Order: sequence, then structure tokens, then C-alpha cells
Amino acid sequence: MSVAVSADIPKLKSATAARRSKLVGRILTYGVLGFFILFYLLPLVVMILTSFKTMHDIETGTVLSLPNPPTIEPWTTAWSKACIGVECVGLHSFYRNTVIMAVPAVGISTLIGALNGYALTQLQFPYPRAVFGTILLGAFTPYQAVLIPLAKTLGHIGLAGSLAGLALVHSIYGIPFTTAFARSFFLSVPPELTKAAKVDGAGFFRIFVSIMLPISTPILVVSVIYQFTNIWNDFLFGAALTYGSQAPVMVALNNIVNTSTGERPYNVHMAAAILAALPTLVLYVFAGKYFIRGLTMGSVKG
Amino acid sequence: MTIAQSDASRPQRAARLRRVALRPDILTVLPSGLVLIVFVYGFILWSFVLSLTSSRIAPVYDFVGLQQYALLWANDRWIQSLLNLATFGIVFVTMATLVGLVQAVFIDQKIRAEGVIRTIYLYPMAISFIVTGTAWKWMLNPSLGLERLVRSWGWESFRFDWIVNPDMAIYTLAIAAIWQSSGFSMAIFLAALRGIDGEIIKAARIDGATTWQTFRSIILPLLRPAFFTAIIVQVALALRCFDLMVAMTGGGPGFASDLPTNFFYQFAFGRSRLGFAAASGIMIFVMVLAVMLPFIIWELRHERRRER
Repeated sequence: MSVAVSADIPKLKSATAARRSKLVGRILTYGVLGFFILFYLLPLVVMILTSFKTMHDIETGTVLSLPNPPTIEPWTTAWSKACIGVECVGLHSFYRNTVIMAVPAVGISTLIGALNGYALTQLQFPYPRAVFGTILLGAFTPYQAVLIPLAKTLGHIGLAGSLAGLALVHSIYGIPFTTAFARSFFLSVPPELTKAAKVDGAGFFRIFVSIMLPISTPILVVSVIYQFTNIWNDFLFGAALTYGSQAPVMVALNNIVNTSTGERPYNVHMAAAILAALPTLVLYVFAGKYFIRGLTMGSVKG
Repeated sequence: MTIAQSDASRPQRAARLRRVALRPDILTVLPSGLVLIVFVYGFILWSFVLSLTSSRIAPVYDFVGLQQYALLWANDRWIQSLLNLATFGIVFVTMATLVGLVQAVFIDQKIRAEGVIRTIYLYPMAISFIVTGTAWKWMLNPSLGLERLVRSWGWESFRFDWIVNPDMAIYTLAIAAIWQSSGFSMAIFLAALRGIDGEIIKAARIDGATTWQTFRSIILPLLRPAFFTAIIVQVALALRCFDLMVAMTGGGPGFASDLPTNFFYQFAFGRSRLGFAAASGIMIFVMVLAVMLPFIIWELRHERRRER
């Protein structure tokens, strides 16, 4: 660490010594950074290589040997033939489940969050922070403390084990996050922006729709990406609140990987895992800036 | 609800209350506020009530006092899961924080391709714990995974069977969790490093401080809030860890890597002992609250200071 920071070492030393220690610093810096690049990429590389191998190839080679001969069969099996419990239908219908469930859940929670966040910055009554804190605490609640009543309630309203129930649950428990995102954004909007509209007699919702929503696109994107990633990657709610053919993709993936009997088809496991990870990975690659913003805000603020 | 109460407690009247309750901003917050009050606070209360009953497969509302808690704390598997959590949490939080700090310090050295490197360091955060667990389970496979790879390089006696070794399985969870989320502390530390005023460091240099002295006595203290955030977030992650364990070890071998979250899940949904499971759920809630509540309060206070 000490050497690394020596990039701008004091000018007191002789020029050659400075240059040499600068070089050592650079080598160390890139060495450490390169080591971590390998650490992060290794599992992904291993997964990709394994997913294109035959089982014979897997048993004779190593995790880093190249597929010989490469095959796409594990991928087609993972997508349409792999066994989830007793049904051998592959990942695709569970993929669809998650999409059907996630799209409304992301939309609803983002919209409600935006409205809430805006309203919370407009509130005039006492203790606005206490109200926000009350909402925020929902983001930190471990779901183990609510799961049994949640399952019972979904049963009472006829949504037990269904995708609709899961979508409802994700919408509700997403609100603390989306509200926190929107609120922190609207706090930064100068009040002058809405003053003129207020003077002209525009009401609360009018100002929200025609002034606030258009300028809040970035935070809506953050909110959508954060919610989509969270919902897509969820396992606990899916496992506890759905069953059978209604399961979301992560539950199906876990079933493929952990319940197969006999010889374990590791190549199919890896193909299925990559397929399940793909949507959020693609989103991350193309909208990483928003993803990271949501991540830091989501974890720091709730 | 809080609104109505705090207004009513004043020497003020129904008319004003009605006027306030019908304001659009309050109308907006109220429905989702009520839903959250039911689904978060109401359900926590409901879980607590259940934990005071002898409910098994279906809720029965007989009051048996703290009997379920007594059973819980006398249960060896619960104690084991807590000890596992402690091991996992300490290793994971310490390592993820240190790794993130080292990464941030090195990335902050005006390097090339910073964007690419940051993207690579953070991509695991976009992946689900089930996928991460699946990948690492395969890599750590004792006969076909990394062990065979290293042996193929000529180190014939190399052994890396932690995932099936009861003494070491919990550490494999920590490795995968560090892989998944150390990039997050890197992002926190990097943002904090970039926020430090360069003039302070220059001044220290002029006064003759060495690089290490500058780092230790000036930069590190300025990073205190970043440490705080990174550590709290990771402690919360550790307390909630469930998916990763399910996908990687299933709590095994035996109960060697079992965690409280899995204990809860097994008793609530596998064995249908609702009262007992609810008691463990409430204990998890208490643990998380003990960590998070001071943090939330600190955050909100901090925010108020900034506004002034």
C-alpha cells in the first residue's frame, strides 16, 4: 500500500531513484489490480467453459481446460429439458414466470415510490423524518420476521402459491427502497422550480406529472434497475410463497442444481446458472452507472 | 396514522384534522404507508404473537409465554447456526472490507482503464446468490474443481475439500460472499477517497510526512464514515444470508454451515412448527434491528445536519 501511493513521491530524491520507485509502484498497483480481476472473472470463465463441455470432457479435463469438442447441448437441455422436481421442462417456463411477475412489480413499486418520495418532500405536518424513518425501516426488516404471517395472509386472500401473490409481495416490500430513491432525488430539486407553477394555481398532482416526473427520469431508471435486479434475483420469497410450476427462475435453478439424482450434469447446471444470471448481467453492462447508484443509495439509505 | 395521532394529541379539532387528511400529499403517502404498517409492523407483531403460542402446522392462539424461546435457546442446532453465523460474519465482513479498501486505494492511483476494472470488480453484485453459490460449489468440487486444476499443474498432493469438510464448510460460504460483495465496499471507499481534499495531503507532504504516515494519520481517519457504512451494510448482508448457503452447502455437511435464516426456513416451511419458527424469526429481527437502528438514526441525523 505504501509503495503504491508513492506515485507522487516527494521531489527531494534524485530523479532516477524517484523514477525507479515510481516504476515499482506501478508494477505493484497493476499486479494487485490484475490479481483481483482474475479473482472476479475466474468463476465466470469456469462456468462458461464448463457449460460448453460434454460430461466425458468434464470428467477427464480440468475446470480451465477448453471444451473438446465444444457442445451446445447443455444449453438446450438447461433451457427446455432439465428436470425441476418431477417435471423435466427446462428453465424456460420459469423464466417466463419471473418476467410476468417482475414487470408489474417493478412498475408498481417504482410509481408508488416516486409519488411517495415527492409527497414526503412536500409534507408540512410534524415529524416528516419520523414518517420517512417508519417507511425506511421496512427496507431493513429481515423477511424471516414477516414470512409466516405473509404466507397466511396470501392464503386468506386466495393468492397462496401464485405468481400474482409474489408480484404483490415484491411490490409492497419494494416501496421502502423506491420511496427512499425518489425522496432523495426530490429533496435536491430547488423549490423555485415549482413555485411559479404553484402561483399559477397548479395542484399537487399537476405539478408532479408535468414538472417532477419529466425531470426525474434518472432516478426512475435507478429505481427500475434496482427493483428489477432484486426481484429477478430473489430466492426467499419465491421459495416460501410459490410452488410447483409457479416458481420463479431462481427457485427453479436451485432445484435443477440441488435435486438432481444420479450423475450430476454439471455442464447443464452451469448453462442454467448463466441463463438465470443473463438478464441482470446484461442490464449491469449497459446501465452499470444507474445500477451502482441504486446499489449505494439502496444499501446506505434503505 | 402517526400523522393523525400527533395532530389529534394537540389541543386541536376535528375540522382541521379532516382538512389535513384530505390534502393530496397526505392522501398519496397514506395508502402505501398503511400497507407498510400492516405488512411490516403488523406482521412482525403477528410473528411475535405466534412465537408466544404452541402453533404447529396451523396457528393456534393459546398463550404459552416464552416457552418457544426457551426451547429455541436450548436447541443445539440453533446455537450451532448462531456460532456458524458468527464465524461467517466475522470472516466475511473483515475480508470484504479490507479487500474493498485495498482495491479502492489502488484504483485511486490514476490508473488506466479504471472504468473497465471497476465494472469487473462490481459485476458479481448484479448476480443472484443462487448463481454465485452454484458457480462456487462447482469450483470447490473436491474431485473435479480447483483441486484437480492445481494437481494438474503438478502439485499432486494439493487438497481443497473445504466444502465437504465440516470444519471448513462455513469458510467456503465466506469466500463466495467476499467474491460477491467486496466490490461494493470498494465503491464506497473509492467515493470517499475521491471526496478527500487533495490540498490536505499536499500540505502533509510539504510538512515531510511519508506516504504511509499520510495514509495512516490523514486518509484513514477521513475514511471513518466509509468504514462505518461498508461494515454495517455487510453485517446486514451476513445476518440475512440464506440463498448462498442453500445453493452452496444446504447447511451441510450435517449442520456445519447451517445459518439462523435456514433454521427459520426449515421449521416454518419444512417441518411446520410455526410457533417455534416464529420465535427464531423474531430473534433474527432483533439481531438485525440492533445493528440497523442506530445506523438509520445516524443517517437521518446526518441528513438534518447537512440541510442546515
